[in-house]
Parts: sequence; structure tokens; C-alpha cells
Amino acid sequence: MTVEEITAKLRSIIEPYVEEKELLNNIMPETDLLEDLKINSANLVDIIIDVEMAFDIEIDDDAAEQMLKVKDSVAIIQERITA
Amino acid sequence: MDTNKQKIMNPRIVVTGMGVVAPNAIGLKEFKQALENGTSGIRFMPELADLNFGCQVAGQPSLSEALLDQYFSPLERKTIQASGVLYGIIAGIQAWEDAGLSIPSKEEDPDWDSACIFGAGLAGAKVMRDSAYLIDEGKTKRLGSSSVQQVMSSGVSAHLGGRLGLGNQVTTNASACSTGTESILLAVDRIRMGRAKRVLCGACDSSGPYVWAGFDAMRVTNRRFNDQPEKASRPMSASARGFVPGAGAGAIVLETYESAQARGAKIYAEILGGYVNSGGQRTGGTMTAPNTQGILHCIQGALAETSIEGKDIDAISGHLTSTMFDPIEVEYWCKALERWGNDFPYIYSLKSMIGHCLSAAGAIESVAVILQLYHQFLHPSLNCEDLHPDIEKMINSTRIPRQTSPAKLNIIAKSSFGFGDVNSCVIFKKM
Repeated sequence: MTVEEITAKLRSIIEPYVEEKELLNNIMPETDLLEDLKINSANLVDIIIDVEMAFDIEIDDDAAEQMLKVKDSVAIIQERITA
Repeated sequence: MDTNKQKIMNPRIVVTGMGVVAPNAIGLKEFKQALENGTSGIRFMPELADLNFGCQVAGQPSLSEALLDQYFSPLERKTIQASGVLYGIIAGIQAWEDAGLSIPSKEEDPDWDSACIFGAGLAGAKVMRDSAYLIDEGKTKRLGSSSVQQVMSSGVSAHLGGRLGLGNQVTTNASACSTGTESILLAVDRIRMGRAKRVLCGACDSSGPYVWAGFDAMRVTNRRFNDQPEKASRPMSASARGFVPGAGAGAIVLETYESAQARGAKIYAEILGGYVNSGGQRTGGTMTAPNTQGILHCIQGALAETSIEGKDIDAISGHLTSTMFDPIEVEYWCKALERWGNDFPYIYSLKSMIGHCLSAAGAIESVAVILQLYHQFLHPSLNCEDLHPDIEKMINSTRIPRQTSPAKLNIIAKSSFGFGDVNSCVIFKKM
């Protein structure tokens, strides 16, 4: 999967957790899930679960803690689907 | 005590808003219509048949996709799976909006004067069941972030408090099938003590096999009317053989008369007060059967508390679940009010239409009481054509309304009894 494809899929996973939908219009690699998209921090664990199911991968706690920015999340997903 | 002091200690309390999610209707207008039409909400449940339940009929509110979308964001729809919590939130928001109360924005201070005392029973049963599978498979991580808020007893009040920005006490009471009626009396206490101006009270319970299984196992539900769902809930009839499980939520906004008047709110009824007690599981009372002296004490306590007499009561919304206990309940109403035969007030059971909604029962039934006082009518008590002979010996059969009719009603008493030998009785008065 290309970075673009992973980003698009990640965006659709994140979408329900973003209350202010207009924030989704401008997703960049540097976008921070909590700061920029204003996602409730409690929902990060839900996003990890959804990512694991959607990509059929396992994300350990250390990796999960890194998944705050879009580019880091994409990198972690890519690493695991090509592993 | 001088009058002024009494006014401060004992302010008049009124109902200014209501919401309801019942097996036969959702929303106040629809519910009133269902009451007037005697609409049954009891259906055959294929899921219960597949699971070999003895009783395969139940009263389950049907939440359409459109209704869910109206009350919940896509994220909430994903994270709130407990049906009782959904019912409770919908009813609670309906009541708040019906009362014409505003909701502070996220940036504003909460409403420090408004509380939520909203009861629940086994609201999180199915979520707990689904979670157990994941936990046992070593997949605890998969529970996600919303498990606790759905299975904790106070899940429903926690959700409502946040939705409405309530800054006073936000809690959940639990006293089995007495819960809904008890929540109203706890709200009255809080307002009387001067600790809140208004309280959103009521109760909810979830639907489905994981809530109802225990009752089915006890054989206290009706197993003989699976082919005639609308006939299955038969309070006061000779053929009553157990209750029909139900689910839903009822919500009521209570506030001081002073506060309601000051903001020009619509007032549905006054609540005079009531009484809560327990039979102590003594002299015949057990975990599951009431001490009849406890019932007598509770009803008489409600009369004393509200300074009314038995003769002042125009109608009774009974607990009357459709079991062999119904005649005993009627007997103790007769004894408590000292009224018999043709002198007895009207008595009916809403459970004949919607089944026994367990923890939510008292709340939904109280909404029906208040609608009847406000609109001055009585709805029918269904399925008691074959009135129990013991009841017929105590009261005139005309005291049980069989069809909807206009009625002059000033005071209605509502009672609820629950496992643990707990009782509650609340007295409503027309404004």
C-alpha cells in the first residue's frame, strides 16, 4: 500500500472520532490527532483497535504511544503491513 | 412552625418536563396517544424463542435509525451500545427540552442548581456479556475506551449530566423494580433540602435476553401466552401467570413552583411527596416477596407525609405486575386507604400495555400518571376481563377502567415494589 492509500484509510478510521468535521478537510502528515483534530484522548485506544482490525496488524503499546501525528501513524502502519 | 419557615422547608414542587421511551411509544405526544388507544407494546421475540426462553414475548421500545441519528452523533452511536443507556438519554433530553430549559455550551459554566438522579437496573448487561468474551480470550485491549462508562451503574446519569451540563448532584439510584418511583422521591428530598432548584429524575433499563434471563429462570414471567403477545400481560386477572418483561425509560423534570413560575414554565402537575421504605424481609417478606405490613406502612407513610387522607385519592397506578400477588396488593391498598367496594378509587396497571419495565417501570408509569392528571383522562387496564375473584370480592369491578374515558382527577397515587422487599409510593396532584 502506498502512503497515500494508508493515509486515506486512516482518515476514514479517524473520521467518526472528530467532532468538528471541518478539521478533516486539511489533514497533513504533520497533523496531530489530539492538538489539531481535537480528538478526545480517551478515544486513541479506540483508533488503535480500529487500525489493527482494518489493516489486520498488531500494534504494541510502545508503537501505540507514537501514533499521535498522521505521519507517525502511517509509518507505523506501513512498517507492520510490509513486515 | 410559622408559614414562612414552612415554605422554605417545604417548597411546592412541580413537574415541568417529561420524556418517555416506552415499548408502545416514544415521545410524549405519541405516548399519550398510545395510552388513549390502549396500544399494546408487547410482541413475540424470535430471539427469546431461539434461546429456549419460557416467556417469548416482551415489551421492547423500537429505536429507528432516524431517531438514533437525531439524538446521537456517529461517535456516540459507535460507543453507546447499552440499550437502557440509549433509552435513558433520549427520555432525559426530551424531558429537558420539554421543560424549556437551556443547555450550556461547552465553554460555559455548568448549571450548578440542576441535578440528575436517574435510576438504572441491568443497563449494561449485554455490554458486560460481550466484554466477557474478549476478556476470557485475553483480548482485554479490544474493549476500547467506552466499556466502563456503559457498564458502570451510573452510566446513564453520567451521560445525561454531560449532555445537559448539570453542575449539581449527578447520580444513579438502584432499588430493583422500585427504582423509578424512588428516583422521583429522592429528587423531591434534594429540592426540599434546598440543595437543588431542579432535578432531572427517572430511570431506565435495557432490553434483551441478558437482562430478562434471570426472571425467566425463576419462572416469574408468563410462559403461557407466547402465541398471544398482546394478551400476555394480565394484571388483576384470574389468569395472570407471571409478568411480561419490558424495557425503556421515563424522565421527569421536577423543580420548585417558585422557579417554574419565575421562568414561565408549563406546569403539568404538582408532586406532593411520598414515602420509601422496606419490609425488612420479615413477617412473610423475603428477598422476592413483600412483607405486606411494609406495603401498608409505605402507603400510609405517603398519606401522612403529604397530609392527605385515603378519601382524597382519585386513582391508583398500581405496581400490579400480572402475578398471583396482584390481589394481595389490592387488599393492602384497601386496608391502607380504608376504602372498599364501590368507594374504592380507580385502579389500573399500565403494565397491561407495556409489560414490566423493571427499574424503569415506576418512571414510565409516573409519566403516564402525570399525563392523565394534566389531560384529565383514564387509560384502560387491559386483559382483566376475567377479573380475579379475590379482587372482585374487595372492590367493585367498575373501579378498573376498561376503556379510555375523560375523568375528573385531582390526586393519583403511584406505587412500586421491588426485590429486596423495598417499596415506594408517590402522590401526584393536578395543578
